[in-house]
Amino acid sequence: MNELATRSLVVERLMPHPPEKVWRALTQGPLIEEWLMANDFKPVVGHRFNFRAAPSPHWNGVTDCEVLVVEPNETLSYSWNASGDEAAGGVKTVVTWTLTPAAGGTQLRMEQSGFWPREANYQGAQFGWNKFFDNLDRVVAAL
Amino acid sequence: MGVTSTELLFVSLADPTRRAIFERLCRDGELTVRALTDKAGVSQPAVSKHLGVLKHAGLVQDRPDGRQTHYSARPEGLKPMLDWLEIYGAFWRDRFDRLESLLNRMDQ
Repeated sequence: MNELATRSLVVERLMPHPPEKVWRALTQGPLIEEWLMANDFKPVVGHRFNFRAAPSPHWNGVTDCEVLVVEPNETLSYSWNASGDEAAGGVKTVVTWTLTPAAGGTQLRMEQSGFWPREANYQGAQFGWNKFFDNLDRVVAAL
Repeated sequence: MGVTSTELLFVSLADPTRRAIFERLCRDGELTVRALTDKAGVSQPAVSKHLGVLKHAGLVQDRPDGRQTHYSARPEGLKPMLDWLEIYGAFWRDRFDRLESLLNRMDQ
């Protein structure tokens, strides 16, 4: 429920490798393809690229992205949006990778945020999303 | 192909008035269209239309009673939304496994 309330998804893991090595796996196209998806990524702020996977019945397999933050060995962030016909109703999120040196390697954190519209999109609305998610916590807890 | 239940759910909850109606039914239990209209700030036909969308998405159920129709919330209708987020969670955990495996194979 915490994920829903904050509208973001966090996955974290200690990787027994130095940050410089983890950074290469996150930012070199051929390496990214080995663990994530085919891509035309470049570690340059403003670069627009796609991730491509095999299409499935409810997904065209394409993700539209733009590089937002590049701080070598520390932070990488890109937008992660549904593409083409699915763009309007699909996900519109930001993926942020954070690398922190830790004993024995690198603490790697991935946060995907923005799964639901932000309050600012609904200015003037009588009931906002924030309030909705506050209430949703209670509703779902009772399921 | 038709839209998925998750899409229906997102579309139906994207409207602030519909969210407000759904929240009110979650909070106050069963209500008539008239009772909902008194607080909604929109016309009764508009409220009925919103309720139709919520019903189609599985978020409310109706109970006809003479000339009145009573509506109540189906919070369990939110489950596709929770499942959907869980799918993304499973996706990233799988990719973390692959990344770790790659790192083990890479040179320093």
